[in-house]
Amino acid sequence: MSITELEFDANQADAAQQRGEGSPVQGRTQWQLTWMRLRSDKISMIALAVILIMIILAIAAPAIAALTGHDVNTAYPVTGENVDGNPVPPGTNGFLLGTDDTGRDLLVRILYGARISLFVGIVTTLIATVLGVAVGLIAGYFGGIIDTLLARFTDAVLAFPYIVLALALAAVFGPSLKIILVMITFFSWAGIARIVRGQTLSIKEKEYIEAARSLGAGPFRIMFFDILPNLLAPVLVIATLYIPNAVVFESTLSYLGLGIQAPTPSWGNILSAAQDFYQVAWWYLVFPALALLITTLAFNLLGDGIRDAMDPRTERLIAARRLRRRMRRSTIKRENKEALQGLTAGGANAGTGKKG
Amino acid sequence: MANDDGDVLVRVENAVKYFPVKAGGFFRHTVGNVHAVDDVSLIIERGKTLGLVGETGSGKSTLARCVAGLIPVTSGKVFLNGTDITKLSRGAMRPLRREVQMIFQDPYSSLNPRRRVGAIIGDPFAIHKTATGAERKRMVQELMERVGLNPEHFNRFPAEFSGGQRQRIGVARALALRPKLIICDEPVSALDVSIQAQVLNLLADLQTEYGLSYLFIAHDLEVVRHVSDKVAVMYLGRIGEAAPADALYGHPRHPYTVALLSAAPAADPDAAASRQRIILTGDVPSPIDPPAGCRFHPRCPKAEEICGRVEPPLVTHEDSDPDLSQAAPGTGGQPPADADQGVPGIPGGEAHVTACHFPVQPGESLASAATAIIAAEREPA
Repeated sequence: MSITELEFDANQADAAQQRGEGSPVQGRTQWQLTWMRLRSDKISMIALAVILIMIILAIAAPAIAALTGHDVNTAYPVTGENVDGNPVPPGTNGFLLGTDDTGRDLLVRILYGARISLFVGIVTTLIATVLGVAVGLIAGYFGGIIDTLLARFTDAVLAFPYIVLALALAAVFGPSLKIILVMITFFSWAGIARIVRGQTLSIKEKEYIEAARSLGAGPFRIMFFDILPNLLAPVLVIATLYIPNAVVFESTLSYLGLGIQAPTPSWGNILSAAQDFYQVAWWYLVFPALALLITTLAFNLLGDGIRDAMDPRTERLIAARRLRRRMRRSTIKRENKEALQGLTAGGANAGTGKKG
Repeated sequence: MANDDGDVLVRVENAVKYFPVKAGGFFRHTVGNVHAVDDVSLIIERGKTLGLVGETGSGKSTLARCVAGLIPVTSGKVFLNGTDITKLSRGAMRPLRREVQMIFQDPYSSLNPRRRVGAIIGDPFAIHKTATGAERKRMVQELMERVGLNPEHFNRFPAEFSGGQRQRIGVARALALRPKLIICDEPVSALDVSIQAQVLNLLADLQTEYGLSYLFIAHDLEVVRHVSDKVAVMYLGRIGEAAPADALYGHPRHPYTVALLSAAPAADPDAAASRQRIILTGDVPSPIDPPAGCRFHPRCPKAEEICGRVEPPLVTHEDSDPDLSQAAPGTGGQPPADADQGVPGIPGGEAHVTACHFPVQPGESLASAATAIIAAEREPA
């Protein structure tokens, strides 16, 4: 192989590298790319891990209860209370996080509370997201009187004093899980709808929407195939951020006695009961509060991370990727150059050899 | 006028498009209309290119969207292959959508950033249910190859392509349904000059290969001259002058066309030094309240009293047009009794039509008239 040939090959390889050829083009979906970017974000990964652990613990709550030997709603007056009848501190008599005021295992109760909290948070957010996206898309895309009606209704919902309505509903129907789900969903979809509507209004003016219409696409095809993919990023982010809101909302309602009713544990009603005992049993208040705080914080951080990862224009991540690619390319170039130098040296030697 | 005339693919008759101007916060009411397109007629011949030039806001894009059936006309008719598309329902319009496609100006906003190129180009097949699955993929890759893209890249997102490549994606999408007419709304304005040439050549190749007709909108006069068989000049929603490309560029008759052509930069410095620029005074009047009579009269160096009163019709002024006797023997055979009345013609045809009471004569210089106007305007001050 002559030097020019090798040079040519090297250039070709370089050009192919730049064009992204060489290997068959890998189809990476938007989600794969997002996941790749998310994976390089430590905080998001920690948050995701915390959330997953929380979910696993919640699912495994009965198993863990069996391991501790303590039932969730059973009071253990002998082992779980001290002589004054107060809760025992963490680590006493096999109560890892101590007990509550009636001598029940706080750990088991917090884990069972996580089941309720996460279930309420995720289910209400899912329903609210579907509703909000539908309302926002329809209002934003069709405009006119439909938009006016839907947008004003959305505003009305957002303006509602939700605690007052919650009090009223709980008084009328009596507190139950169903009421909680309905109420949280009802107060969550409007925020999502408003954001989706705003995004839809701006996206529908884009030329690619006009292109779709000129191809003969109908309004629903345009909404689902052309507008929705552009909304997924903000919707996913806001949904992730709405889960902790719903968790807090549920806790608030339960704290006020309008949500989950004793003896079924929920973080809210545990906190509510604990506030009378914080002077004698700090753990009773701190651990459920920590569970609530960590869960909501993790969801919030993950939401921020997803937002960064979803947006391909995030400077930070692009810069990191570019750096990696440049390093890889310079390695290839260096290898080629070294091969070239080796050949040139050999050629030069051969030349002198001939002369001599 | 027969509507199924063989050579004519599109016939626009007296198209009018007003956009209402609304005011008031809560109780919105119409306070005026933007006269975006005002009584425009034209034809587009099969396999030919009609260039449409004019400044920003002259109604070119609005007219194009009316022809494409994307926005309804306020009044008038648009015939496609003899069918009036302005009265059709969305369902009835669907099969006709295949005949007219658009290429957009901005290669960045005309492609959905969240969808893969394969899906974007495959959309026409999906919407019209012409192909699915592997068949669709094969057709998409054929199209990509045809417009000079690597078919392997069908899995990529638009963001991974350059401006020129993106415009090729737009061309492939427009080509997918084998349309008869492609409306190019400033298809190269956003591209580098070298890339412009590539895209223009691609469009020219496709025209010969598939017998396409183009409605080509641009404000680059040289680009329009290069690609067009016929050219129409728009000003404030009206067509001021229309002719075969060579006749229009060689012997512009409307003062506005003359001014527009004189504003185009010349590449040759000698030519640039010797050419006469006609600098129009004032701005384009508001299309909400366009001037009466000739739309151009407030800025026209040749304007006289009649121009502000009487709307000049689009007619041939063949008395002094050396091109016309050869170019259009049909109309050229019967010279009108009154030269200034002329023969009405339709833009996009062979005739050189001008909507002007005092068309510019060959060899006439407008620069002196313009100077006189400027001088007259300065006098009071």
